[in-house]
Amino acid sequence: MRFALLLALLAALVMALFTVSLLVGPAGLTPARALAALIRGEGLAETLVMREIRLPRALLAVMIGASLGLAGAAMQGYLRNPLAEPGLIGVSGSAALGAVLALHTGLAASFALGLPLAALGGAAVAVGLILLMAGSGGSSITLILAGIAVSAMAGALTSLVLNLSPNPFAASEIVFWMMGSLADRSMLHVWLALPLMALGWVLLASLGRGLDALTLGEDAAATMGISLRRLRLVLVAGVACVVGAGTAVAGAIGFVGLVVPHILRPVVGAQPSRLLAASALGGAAMVLAADIAVRLILPERDLKLGVLTAIVGAPLFLHLIYRTRKEGL
Amino acid sequence: MARRAGRIMSALPRASRALALAVSLILEGAVAQAGPPERVVSINLCTDQLAMMLAMPGQLISVSHIAADPLASVMAHEAARYRLNYGQAEEVHAMAPDLVLAGPYTSRYTVGLLRRLGVEVRELPVAERLSDIPQTIALMGEWLANGARAETLAAEFRAGLAALAPNNDERPRAVLHYANNYTSGSQTLAHQILTFAGFANIAEEAGLSGGGTLPMEQLIMLMPDVVISGQRYPGLTRAEDVIDHPAMEALRERHAGAAVTDAEWVCGTPAVLSAIARLTALHDAEGS
Repeated sequence: MRFALLLALLAALVMALFTVSLLVGPAGLTPARALAALIRGEGLAETLVMREIRLPRALLAVMIGASLGLAGAAMQGYLRNPLAEPGLIGVSGSAALGAVLALHTGLAASFALGLPLAALGGAAVAVGLILLMAGSGGSSITLILAGIAVSAMAGALTSLVLNLSPNPFAASEIVFWMMGSLADRSMLHVWLALPLMALGWVLLASLGRGLDALTLGEDAAATMGISLRRLRLVLVAGVACVVGAGTAVAGAIGFVGLVVPHILRPVVGAQPSRLLAASALGGAAMVLAADIAVRLILPERDLKLGVLTAIVGAPLFLHLIYRTRKEGL
Repeated sequence: MARRAGRIMSALPRASRALALAVSLILEGAVAQAGPPERVVSINLCTDQLAMMLAMPGQLISVSHIAADPLASVMAHEAARYRLNYGQAEEVHAMAPDLVLAGPYTSRYTVGLLRRLGVEVRELPVAERLSDIPQTIALMGEWLANGARAETLAAEFRAGLAALAPNNDERPRAVLHYANNYTSGSQTLAHQILTFAGFANIAEEAGLSGGGTLPMEQLIMLMPDVVISGQRYPGLTRAEDVIDHPAMEALRERHAGAAVTDAEWVCGTPAVLSAIARLTALHDAEGS
């Protein structure tokens, strides 16, 4: 009952932020005009602004936020480690590397899903590597160190590809791929990301029962008929789908998968299956709020989303490391 | 220096006349070096092109690698005949130039370092108006000691511009839309090219004087009649994604007219005449 109320509150928050996101922008439309243009198509310029610029931006914020929240909660449930987050352990960075390779080798131009699939490939390699290195029940320090190595490698290779590109704008986009932004994205990007993301959501949502069982330990979970190998495979595929598709269109946005599950975990009673649903909604709310803030703080400057999420997330990350150390894990 | 040499000479006893003569000969040699530069290196796209137009045979020894890029340079073919440089101080210094041509946006560190190494560096100002172009040509002619050729080129440019009589009966509103939503305001050469061909520049309505960004939402609200897009480069970047954004495509579909800015727009050289000619044709097609 309390859980249903929490989900309803989070959904209402997402709806409210989604509406605000649609109403913020340099065109200076009044809310009434903006909604009339969005819903009824009144005014050619207003309709273009609302339907082609603001709507895809708000939709992508919801989709990417939900994906990052979900991926964070799922990885933390599997690794039983609150520090596992796609951005921090290099999954987003590797997805960005895949995306950049696709864009600058011509793969993205040659077929429609080339870009998100390449990003998915990058993400899958990183999740696989991390699970191999840190495994279920591995120590926090191994996880973080493996993550640092994967992040550094992915970041360096992304910079290398962009510096080698003959395109004069490529090198300045290093910051976009590392920090993420939703500025001037279009419905094309929504359609590009949605199929893989939806697949990833289904895969990750199916993990709930297995993750709940895993809280009792691996042996107990096995006796309950949970196949750890299958669980791990679905987790890798799901995280790669959602993080790959999101990063391909918006760059790597860090810390969302860390902050959101951390805040919601005590509220849902530390039950992984419940945390998955709550974190999806919470992640959507966080990215929407960050994307509204970048437009209010520095309109017209394209402040990167990752800047805000890191300002919120990094201190929390330090706090979590400190607490983990105190607990002697 | 010469006056000081004279003073030294008069102070010297007669016996040392021979030495003094040698000193003055060396000084004279230094003065003679200030004649036409013999080893000129250009490290800026715009000076590259003007120097290639105005240099005497063998005088220009290297141009920047950008001059050989057909997407940015109207003289890519000619540039292939020169040694290409990447504008690095060490590389340029090793060519032992007696004159380096740079632009005002050339890295300050490169220019400063070259000057400290004793290389003469001259910076060609950016032509912000069509009327600056003959002066820019004349200045380059002066630097390369080829004033006659510069005079001819400047006269040809003036005549060519006069022949492209502007048509101001109708002024369709146009927007220059480059990567990253960058545009050119009223104090730019691109604005002058646009207005000379008979268009009104929408960036002026938005209050932009130099170059700057015009958020896409604002651009759409201004509803330009014609979209003149920036050039695309190989590889896909987010910066250039905005050029093909569905909202911009929708603007283009309203009117048949659309054009692309290219190498001809970049520098204040006689090549802008063909940019104006193409735009004038677009303007006349819009009017009919």
